[in-house]
Amino acid sequence: MTASTPSSEQPVPGVRGSALHRFANPARFLRLARAVQPWLLAVTLVSLLAGLYFGLVASPIDYQQKDTVRIMYVHVPAAWMAMFGYSTLAIASAVGLIWKHPLADLAGKAAAPIGAGFTIIALATGSLWGKPTWGTWWVWDARLTSVVVLLFLYLGYIALWNAFEQPQRGAKAAAVLALVGIVNLPIIKFSVDWWNTLHQPASISRIGTPAIDPAMLTPLLLMAVAYLGLFLLLLLLRMRVELAERRVAALQLSRSRAGESR
Amino acid sequence: MAEFFAMGGYAAYIWPAYGIAAGVIIGLFVWSWRGLARAERAEAALGRRERRRVPKVERT
Amino acid sequence: MSGFFAILGRDLRLARVESGGALLAVQFFALGILLFPLGLGPEPGMLSRLGGGLLAVMALLATLLALDRLFQQDHDDGTLDLLRTSPAPLWSVVLGKALAHWLLTGGPMIVTAPLLGVLLQMSWPAIGGLCAALALGTPTLSLVGAIGASLTIGARRGGVLLALLVLPLYIPVLIFMSGTVTAAETGLAFGAHVSILGAILLLSLVLAPWASAVALRQIGE
Repeated sequence: MTASTPSSEQPVPGVRGSALHRFANPARFLRLARAVQPWLLAVTLVSLLAGLYFGLVASPIDYQQKDTVRIMYVHVPAAWMAMFGYSTLAIASAVGLIWKHPLADLAGKAAAPIGAGFTIIALATGSLWGKPTWGTWWVWDARLTSVVVLLFLYLGYIALWNAFEQPQRGAKAAAVLALVGIVNLPIIKFSVDWWNTLHQPASISRIGTPAIDPAMLTPLLLMAVAYLGLFLLLLLLRMRVELAERRVAALQLSRSRAGESR
Repeated sequence: MAEFFAMGGYAAYIWPAYGIAAGVIIGLFVWSWRGLARAERAEAALGRRERRRVPKVERT
Repeated sequence: MSGFFAILGRDLRLARVESGGALLAVQFFALGILLFPLGLGPEPGMLSRLGGGLLAVMALLATLLALDRLFQQDHDDGTLDLLRTSPAPLWSVVLGKALAHWLLTGGPMIVTAPLLGVLLQMSWPAIGGLCAALALGTPTLSLVGAIGASLTIGARRGGVLLALLVLPLYIPVLIFMSGTVTAAETGLAFGAHVSILGAILLLSLVLAPWASAVALRQIGE
């Protein structure tokens, strides 16, 4: 059990009353997280096991891609989570900048490594899917290229958080960057699509997603639910880490101040 | 069973793909749990030192 | 509006005082281009095919050079604090600084581009397309770069960090700049490329000063 200060139950000063701000109090947020977690874990495990079963065992092979289509079940949901992660990051940044919700910045910081992880999964599994289907480990098509750019947007955000002496400055700068990034993402996607049609080699066109057999939808959606559950579980866990680290930093600060005053 | 693992000859691509996905996700969990344990240990240590110092301040 | 011109004039005067320091970016631009024939070989036809893309990429990198100093000096000597509390809107200050930056980097690059294009054995239509591309693209690079500069003031490893933050945002400009060069050569869709570059520039003119101002204000809080 973490040590809680006597003031942990009082409302956070200066925070306007609103539905969102009821969870501005870290202790309250942690209680909510603890309540939600078992259900989330259950849903995640069930959908993960079912998804793996349907994906690896009980679903048909693709006419052209044969068994390699099974990689789609770990690849496509990862790409979805990569985008979901960045949206989460951007929304958290907006909430932090506009409404000054105290936990919003931390939510963004917590989400970033998770989103980056799923982006890496999407790239690696996409490459492994590509080799048997297209013949090369990497292909400069619009989707893969956009995902690489997304990875760099994540890394830039994470780097900015850690780039300042004062964590507060890193938080605010990263938040602005996230919003600039989310505005730029459609522009980047559009320009990469454009670039792809300009330079398209004749042999490779709209590859990747086969015509979806309904029997393939089941494992795909199950894995998508599982991935979302994993993302949220990781997010709650990382929020706890960030909150704990913030408490440690606060204790260290008050210790050094107490040392100075004597 | 062997047929299942062979995955129609594409085993070399399918299993590493699932493996990397699992590896990254498990890695994120492990990294986060260890970070949490470390932070809670540090918090407990700092909290102990705080409580030990309080009596001295009251004396002055 | 007076704030805009005041900042513009001040930045240009400061750049002149640094004599020679101001045109470093265009020297890097030219030197970088020189590296490619040395690295790739002077095979006829290859350089001219690659030329548009190479010059566009070098334009991106050269623009980055002067960016980390855009706000750093003013932050260090306290001018930024004064500017934040002055009646002139912060976005106009950013706009003035971005224009000064462009006059010292993008402008000289547009002037030297034809010479470098000749060195890379590019055709005249391609060089023309390149100049149009740079004319519309480099101001965007300065504007978007200003956002990055405002975010990394006082950051550890600020220069490299700035590049990492800003280069992904530069990708659309890169794609359409080199696309313009190709379009000028083939005669296909030149108008489309130029229009899109123009649209991106207009969008940056509106959003970049405002976003930078938001970032600058966060420093004070």
